[in-house]
Amino acid sequence: MTAAAPLLRVEDLRVHFDTDDGTVRAVDGISYELQRGRVLGIVGESGSGKSVSSLAIMGLVDGERARISGRVEFGGRDLLALDPEAMRAVRGNEIAMIFQDPLSSLHPFHRVGDQLAEAVRAHRDVSRAQARARALELLELVGIPDARRRMDGYAHELSGGMRQRVMIAMALVNEPALLIADEPTTALDVTVQAQILDLVGRLKDELGMAVVIITHDLGIVAETADEIAVMYAGRIVERAPVARIFSAPEHPYTWGLLASIPRLDAPRGEELVPIPGTPPSLLGLPRGCAFAPRCPYAQPRHHEIDPRAEPVPGDPAHVVACLLEPAQRRRLWAALRTPERA
Amino acid sequence: MARYILRRIGWTVVLLALVSAVTFVIFYALPSADPAVLRAGRQASPELVAQIRARLGLDDPLVVQYWTYMKDVVLHFDFGFSYQSGESVRAAIVSRLPATISMTVGALVIWLATALPIGVISAIRRRSLLDRVTMTGALLAISAPVYWLALVALYLFASDIGVIPIFDGANTYVGITQDPVQWFASLLLPWLVLAAGFSAFYARLLRANLVEVMGEDYIRTARAKGLPERRVVWRHGVRAAITPIVTVLGLDIGVLLGGSILTESVFNIPGVGRYAYDAIRTADLPAIQGTVLFAAFFIVVANLVVDIAYAFLDPRVRYG
Repeated sequence: MTAAAPLLRVEDLRVHFDTDDGTVRAVDGISYELQRGRVLGIVGESGSGKSVSSLAIMGLVDGERARISGRVEFGGRDLLALDPEAMRAVRGNEIAMIFQDPLSSLHPFHRVGDQLAEAVRAHRDVSRAQARARALELLELVGIPDARRRMDGYAHELSGGMRQRVMIAMALVNEPALLIADEPTTALDVTVQAQILDLVGRLKDELGMAVVIITHDLGIVAETADEIAVMYAGRIVERAPVARIFSAPEHPYTWGLLASIPRLDAPRGEELVPIPGTPPSLLGLPRGCAFAPRCPYAQPRHHEIDPRAEPVPGDPAHVVACLLEPAQRRRLWAALRTPERA
Repeated sequence: MARYILRRIGWTVVLLALVSAVTFVIFYALPSADPAVLRAGRQASPELVAQIRARLGLDDPLVVQYWTYMKDVVLHFDFGFSYQSGESVRAAIVSRLPATISMTVGALVIWLATALPIGVISAIRRRSLLDRVTMTGALLAISAPVYWLALVALYLFASDIGVIPIFDGANTYVGITQDPVQWFASLLLPWLVLAAGFSAFYARLLRANLVEVMGEDYIRTARAKGLPERRVVWRHGVRAAITPIVTVLGLDIGVLLGGSILTESVFNIPGVGRYAYDAIRTADLPAIQGTVLFAAFFIVVANLVVDIAYAFLDPRVRYG
């Protein structure tokens, strides 16, 4: 079976901001592909560039201060080359996005139904009544109880989970081929998080769209994503099918992320292991591997050489940017996971 | 909501009583202001002054005088008679109200028509040449005292004394019912002068609010929906940025309806502000009291209207 052309192909995407203190390399050459109907989880700490890279895909990075380069191929077009009006027609129509804090992301003064209907009419030449009917349909689809009455309500009258459902309804109102969810559950209660993730998963199957979920929490994407990309300091340091990330992670940073997930099945008394140190400033990154200063396995030469993303031997779908030898990485990971299973 | 309004009206009454009491006390604390002497004219005999004092009730204790005054105000809406002219203060204020309303409304139209586009454009095109020029100009307009601006405007543009005589100058006001064209022509320069400071202030305020709002998450959402930028700015940005300005606007209208003392005086427009100025100059207590109460009334009413309007503008606000 030959792979179909991917829905989204990001190639060497860079987003650099010129500031008075120098150039901030928020996104520094990331590449990935996403097939229709698949879910990609982008995982990383705050400031790793995961949000900025997605905003760049949406054309929502303030163009005055940012320098964006690379290619973002979507449905055969390079989105970075589109003029503003053509890009506007893509946004909210073919690619939609939801954000971290649904309260601040919804307009406080406009009625919920109007905000949805407006999204319809931005891309479809339909009457107000038709747009409102479509809005109501979507609010019911995402499981808003008493949706007809909620249409005339305001965002502050809803609970956090309901607000995020409204955001999802608004994003999906034009049946986009790609949904980008930027930390969609971070601002929500834990019990509501699972509901929202289930909803996104169900709608993905029903509408056949691809999804990018951005999160700092590997646990969030463990069950939702097909593939995971781990970002660090503006780069993807490891990318693999989700099962491989959990069973055979290759990058020491991914090991650190895995060790910092709380587990219910962990032995009592076992402590979460934080990753030592802090993410580097994206102003003037250190030479060599950006993770080297925090990496317990870094060798002197790792501070000199820039690691390249390369496939893991015998597994072309698994890409890692690490200067350790593959055999060495496997030994280290085997040693790390043994005490956990004991 | 109804309970809230009733409570607010109750407070309004208390506030107006306080304002009147304070004015009363301040007036009597002023050493030079013996209204009887002023009323009696030059070189009046002590007998005449005493006679006038008795007639105006100035020998009564302060509390009694205040009580007499407030009784008439509350029961008969009677603000007494001017010490200076003997004219009814209420009639005097009512007859000067059209000029003050004309001043306020005309200036309001001009300042909103200029401040809105300037504020929005400089917020959207931040750091552009237009932004820098208009914001610097606004700072100058805010800094310029209105009486100075009025005198400069007359010196430059008044038809009688101006260097470039293109506007009607001072002393040309006629009522709108008398001659609408002349009414408009005579008020154009005062309107521009009065509007300048407000326009500048509102443009800067709107710009600051809008700059902040355009960084909000819901603006990013509006863009993510694929709305045209113009709709993002006006329907989502300006709608949110303008709401706090309504508060200030309501109060400013209230203040101006109480009379714009400086502008009316320089242009000699027979409004409430001019009346207040004359009353202060001649220590005419009933007229001062009347204009102060009148101005305070407009301000507290404007305050109430603003608070009620806010509940409609911002659905998050609910009064209990």
